[in-house]
Amino acid sequence: MANNVKPRVRVQKTATKGEVVEIKTLISHNMESGRRKGKDGKLVPRSIINKFTVTFNGKPVFSSDWAPSISANPYMSFFAKVNESGEFAFKWMDDDGSVYDSTAKITVA
Amino acid sequence: MSTKQALSALTRREALLLAAGATMVVAGGVVLKSGTAHADTKMVDDAIMKLIGAKKPVEGKITFDLPQIAENGNTVPVGVTVESPMTADNYVKSVHLFADGNPAPEVASLHFTPLSGKASAATRMRLAKTQNIVAVAEMSDGSVFRAQQEVKVTIGGCGG
Repeated sequence: MANNVKPRVRVQKTATKGEVVEIKTLISHNMESGRRKGKDGKLVPRSIINKFTVTFNGKPVFSSDWAPSISANPYMSFFAKVNESGEFAFKWMDDDGSVYDSTAKITVA
Repeated sequence: MSTKQALSALTRREALLLAAGATMVVAGGVVLKSGTAHADTKMVDDAIMKLIGAKKPVEGKITFDLPQIAENGNTVPVGVTVESPMTADNYVKSVHLFADGNPAPEVASLHFTPLSGKASAATRMRLAKTQNIVAVAEMSDGSVFRAQQEVKVTIGGCGG
Protein backbone atom coordinates (compact mmCIF):
# COMPACT_ATOMS: atom_id res chain seq x y z
CA MET A 1 0.00 0.00 0.00
CA ALA A 2 2.05 2.87 -1.21
CA ASN A 3 -0.74 5.42 -1.62
CA ASN A 4 -2.23 7.65 1.03
CA VAL A 5 0.66 7.07 3.40
CA LYS A 6 0.87 10.12 5.62
CA PRO A 7 3.46 10.37 8.38
CA ARG A 8 2.69 12.52 11.41
CA VAL A 9 5.27 13.52 13.99
CA ARG A 10 4.94 15.47 17.21
CA VAL A 11 8.06 17.03 18.77
CA GLN A 12 8.13 20.02 21.12
CA LYS A 13 9.59 23.17 19.51
CA THR A 14 12.05 24.16 22.22
CA ALA A 15 14.04 22.40 24.91
CA THR A 16 16.75 23.08 27.43
CA LYS A 17 20.24 21.62 26.87
CA GLY A 18 20.40 17.95 27.84
CA GLU A 19 16.63 17.61 28.15
CA VAL A 20 15.08 14.23 27.34
CA VAL A 21 12.07 14.92 25.12
CA GLU A 22 9.27 12.55 24.16
CA ILE A 23 8.55 12.13 20.46
CA LYS A 24 5.31 10.67 19.13
CA THR A 25 4.90 9.39 15.59
CA LEU A 26 2.04 7.95 13.60
CA ILE A 27 1.85 6.87 9.97
CA SER A 28 -1.21 5.78 8.03
CA HIS A 29 -0.59 2.33 6.58
CA ASN A 30 -2.65 -0.87 6.28
CA MET A 31 0.14 -3.10 7.64
CA GLU A 32 -1.28 -6.05 5.72
CA SER A 33 -0.09 -9.02 7.79
CA GLY A 34 -0.07 -11.62 4.99
CA ARG A 35 -2.33 -13.90 7.04
CA ARG A 36 -5.70 -12.35 6.25
CA LYS A 37 -7.94 -13.81 3.55
CA GLY A 38 -9.54 -11.45 1.02
CA LYS A 39 -13.06 -11.71 -0.44
CA ASP A 40 -11.87 -14.28 -2.98
CA GLY A 41 -10.71 -16.57 -0.17
CA LYS A 42 -7.05 -16.13 -1.08
CA LEU A 43 -4.44 -14.81 1.30
CA VAL A 44 -3.76 -11.11 0.87
CA PRO A 45 0.02 -10.79 0.39
CA ARG A 46 2.05 -9.24 3.20
CA SER A 47 2.72 -5.52 2.84
CA ILE A 48 4.00 -3.75 5.93
CA ILE A 49 6.41 -1.09 7.03
CA ASN A 50 9.26 -3.21 8.38
CA LYS A 51 11.66 -0.59 9.71
CA PHE A 52 11.52 2.84 11.30
CA THR A 53 14.60 4.97 11.98
CA VAL A 54 15.25 8.32 13.63
CA THR A 55 18.37 10.47 13.44
CA PHE A 56 19.18 13.85 14.98
CA ASN A 57 21.60 16.04 13.00
CA GLY A 58 22.61 12.85 11.17
CA LYS A 59 23.36 10.82 14.32
CA PRO A 60 21.23 7.74 15.06
CA VAL A 61 18.82 8.20 17.98
CA PHE A 62 16.39 5.32 17.77
CA SER A 63 15.25 2.65 15.34
CA SER A 64 12.81 -0.20 15.36
CA ASP A 65 12.14 -3.34 13.30
CA TRP A 66 8.48 -4.16 12.88
CA ALA A 67 6.82 -7.53 12.38
CA PRO A 68 3.29 -8.10 11.01
CA SER A 69 2.11 -8.12 14.65
CA ILE A 70 2.31 -4.30 14.65
CA SER A 71 -1.15 -2.74 14.28
CA ALA A 72 -2.39 -0.87 11.22
CA ASN A 73 -1.49 2.84 11.19
CA PRO A 74 1.60 2.17 13.32
CA TYR A 75 2.17 4.44 16.28
CA MET A 76 5.53 4.77 17.98
CA SER A 77 6.63 6.96 20.82
CA PHE A 78 10.13 7.15 22.25
CA PHE A 79 12.61 9.60 23.77
CA ALA A 80 15.58 11.64 22.63
CA LYS A 81 18.21 13.61 24.52
CA VAL A 82 18.89 16.98 22.90
CA ASN A 83 22.18 18.77 23.55
CA GLU A 84 21.98 21.25 20.66
CA SER A 85 19.48 22.77 18.25
CA GLY A 86 18.87 20.71 15.16
CA GLU A 87 16.61 18.54 13.11
CA PHE A 88 15.16 15.10 13.63
CA ALA A 89 14.80 12.98 10.49
CA PHE A 90 12.29 10.13 10.51
CA LYS A 91 12.18 7.33 7.93
CA TRP A 92 9.72 4.49 7.48
CA MET A 93 10.76 1.61 5.15
CA ASP A 94 8.00 -0.23 3.31
CA ASP A 95 8.17 -3.90 2.17
CA ASP A 96 7.77 -2.65 -1.42
CA GLY A 97 10.93 -0.55 -1.17
CA SER A 98 9.26 2.84 -0.70
CA VAL A 99 10.62 5.11 2.01
CA TYR A 100 8.37 7.65 3.69
CA ASP A 101 10.05 10.47 5.57
CA SER A 102 9.41 13.44 7.76
CA THR A 103 11.50 15.96 9.71
CA ALA A 104 11.05 18.09 12.82
CA LYS A 105 13.16 20.97 14.13
CA ILE A 106 13.93 21.66 17.76
CA THR A 107 15.61 24.74 19.26
CA VAL A 108 17.75 24.40 22.35
CA ALA A 109 17.69 27.60 24.37
CA MET B 1 -8.12 -56.00 57.25
CA SER B 2 -11.37 -54.28 58.06
CA THR B 3 -13.78 -53.28 55.33
CA LYS B 4 -13.06 -49.67 56.10
CA GLN B 5 -9.32 -50.10 55.40
CA ALA B 6 -9.95 -52.00 52.17
CA LEU B 7 -12.22 -49.24 50.99
CA SER B 8 -9.73 -46.55 51.70
CA ALA B 9 -6.99 -48.54 49.90
CA LEU B 10 -9.22 -48.84 46.88
CA THR B 11 -9.97 -45.18 46.90
CA ARG B 12 -6.28 -44.44 46.98
CA ARG B 13 -5.61 -46.74 44.05
CA GLU B 14 -8.47 -45.18 42.17
CA ALA B 15 -7.14 -41.78 43.00
CA LEU B 16 -3.72 -42.71 41.62
CA LEU B 17 -5.26 -44.11 38.46
CA LEU B 18 -7.31 -40.98 38.04
CA ALA B 19 -4.24 -38.84 38.51
CA ALA B 20 -2.32 -40.85 35.90
CA GLY B 21 -5.23 -40.48 33.50
CA ALA B 22 -5.39 -36.75 34.09
CA THR B 23 -1.67 -36.41 33.37
CA MET B 24 -2.12 -38.20 30.07
CA VAL B 25 -4.97 -35.90 29.13
CA VAL B 26 -2.85 -32.87 29.94
CA ALA B 27 0.09 -34.26 27.94
CA GLY B 28 -2.25 -34.92 25.02
CA GLY B 29 -3.48 -31.36 25.24
CA VAL B 30 0.04 -30.03 24.97
CA VAL B 31 0.75 -32.14 21.90
CA LEU B 32 -2.43 -30.92 20.24
CA LYS B 33 -1.63 -27.32 21.09
CA SER B 34 1.81 -27.38 19.48
CA GLY B 35 0.15 -28.62 16.31
CA THR B 36 -1.85 -25.40 15.83
CA ALA B 37 -0.69 -22.42 13.80
CA HIS B 38 -0.01 -20.26 16.86
CA ALA B 39 3.34 -19.63 18.45
CA ASP B 40 4.14 -21.17 21.81
CA THR B 41 6.76 -20.70 24.49
CA LYS B 42 9.26 -22.82 22.59
CA MET B 43 8.91 -20.72 19.45
CA VAL B 44 9.48 -17.59 21.54
CA ASP B 45 12.60 -19.17 23.07
CA ASP B 46 13.85 -20.11 19.59
CA ALA B 47 13.23 -16.58 18.32
CA ILE B 48 15.12 -15.15 21.31
CA MET B 49 18.01 -17.58 20.70
CA LYS B 50 18.17 -16.45 17.08
CA LEU B 51 18.47 -12.79 18.10
CA ILE B 52 20.77 -12.90 21.11
CA GLY B 53 22.53 -16.27 20.85
CA ALA B 54 22.99 -18.65 23.75
CA LYS B 55 23.12 -15.94 26.46
CA LYS B 56 21.07 -16.63 29.58
CA PRO B 57 18.61 -13.81 30.28
CA VAL B 58 18.12 -12.66 33.88
CA GLU B 59 14.73 -11.50 35.20
CA GLY B 60 14.33 -7.82 35.99
CA LYS B 61 15.07 -4.21 34.94
CA ILE B 62 12.16 -4.21 32.45
CA THR B 63 8.80 -2.56 33.16
CA PHE B 64 5.79 -3.06 30.89
CA ASP B 65 3.02 -0.62 30.24
CA LEU B 66 0.31 -3.03 29.15
CA PRO B 67 -3.42 -3.31 29.74
CA GLN B 68 -4.55 -6.30 31.82
CA ILE B 69 -7.49 -6.79 29.50
CA ALA B 70 -7.48 -5.76 25.84
CA GLU B 71 -10.97 -5.52 24.40
CA ASN B 72 -9.78 -5.21 20.82
CA GLY B 73 -6.89 -7.44 19.81
CA ASN B 74 -6.34 -5.38 16.65
CA THR B 75 -4.69 -2.58 18.50
CA VAL B 76 -3.26 -3.22 21.94
CA PRO B 77 -1.06 -0.46 23.37
CA VAL B 78 2.31 -1.73 24.57
CA GLY B 79 5.02 0.27 26.28
CA VAL B 80 8.32 -0.96 27.65
CA THR B 81 10.91 0.79 29.80
CA VAL B 82 14.32 -0.54 30.81
CA GLU B 83 16.23 0.83 33.79
CA SER B 84 19.54 2.26 32.60
CA PRO B 85 21.62 5.43 32.95
CA MET B 86 21.88 5.58 29.10
CA THR B 87 25.45 6.93 29.07
CA ALA B 88 27.98 6.27 26.30
CA ASP B 89 29.46 3.25 28.11
CA ASN B 90 26.33 1.89 29.79
CA TYR B 91 23.12 1.85 27.78
CA VAL B 92 20.39 -0.42 26.50
CA LYS B 93 21.18 -1.56 22.97
CA SER B 94 17.99 -3.35 22.01
CA VAL B 95 14.69 -4.53 23.38
CA HIS B 96 12.88 -7.33 21.55
CA LEU B 97 9.16 -7.85 22.02
CA PHE B 98 7.40 -11.19 21.49
CA ALA B 99 3.82 -12.42 21.77
CA ASP B 100 3.68 -16.16 22.44
CA GLY B 101 0.14 -16.69 21.14
CA ASN B 102 0.37 -14.94 17.78
CA PRO B 103 0.88 -16.82 14.48
CA ALA B 104 4.47 -15.52 14.51
CA PRO B 105 5.96 -14.57 17.89
CA GLU B 106 7.96 -11.50 16.79
CA VAL B 107 6.35 -8.11 17.44
CA ALA B 108 9.12 -5.52 17.27
CA SER B 109 12.78 -4.86 18.04
CA LEU B 110 13.60 -1.47 19.50
CA HIS B 111 17.16 -0.20 19.10
CA PHE B 112 18.35 2.54 21.43
CA THR B 113 21.48 4.69 21.51
CA PRO B 114 22.91 6.91 24.26
CA LEU B 115 21.16 9.76 22.38
CA SER B 116 17.80 8.17 23.24
CA GLY B 117 18.25 9.51 26.77
CA LYS B 118 15.77 7.00 28.11
CA ALA B 119 15.27 3.34 27.14
CA SER B 120 11.54 3.60 26.75
CA ALA B 121 9.20 3.28 23.78
CA ALA B 122 5.58 2.52 23.05
CA THR B 123 3.61 1.20 20.08
CA ARG B 124 0.42 -0.71 19.30
CA MET B 125 0.26 -4.36 18.39
CA ARG B 126 -2.11 -7.07 17.23
CA LEU B 127 -2.86 -9.96 19.56
CA ALA B 128 -4.64 -13.09 18.33
CA LYS B 129 -5.77 -14.26 21.77
CA THR B 130 -5.01 -14.10 25.49
CA GLN B 131 -1.26 -14.61 25.81
CA ASN B 132 2.05 -13.58 27.35
CA ILE B 133 4.10 -10.66 26.11
CA VAL B 134 7.84 -11.26 26.48
CA ALA B 135 10.51 -8.56 26.41
CA VAL B 136 14.24 -9.26 26.16
CA ALA B 137 16.68 -6.39 26.70
CA GLU B 138 20.29 -6.44 25.51
CA MET B 139 22.64 -4.09 27.36
CA SER B 140 25.82 -2.51 25.98
CA ASP B 141 27.90 -4.61 28.42
CA GLY B 142 26.46 -7.83 26.95
CA SER B 143 24.10 -8.71 29.79
CA VAL B 144 20.54 -9.74 28.91
CA PHE B 145 17.31 -9.22 30.85
CA ARG B 146 13.87 -10.72 30.34
CA ALA B 147 10.34 -10.03 31.56
CA GLN B 148 6.89 -11.23 30.69
CA GLN B 149 3.32 -10.21 31.34
CA GLU B 150 -0.05 -11.67 30.40
CA VAL B 151 -2.70 -9.77 28.44
CA LYS B 152 -6.27 -11.05 28.29
CA VAL B 153 -7.76 -10.48 24.85
CA THR B 154 -11.53 -10.31 24.34
CA ILE B 155 -11.58 -10.22 20.51
CA GLY B 156 -8.57 -11.55 18.59
CA GLY B 157 -6.83 -9.30 16.11
CA CYS B 158 -5.30 -11.48 13.44
CA GLY B 159 -8.21 -11.60 11.00
CA GLY B 160 -8.34 -15.43 11.11
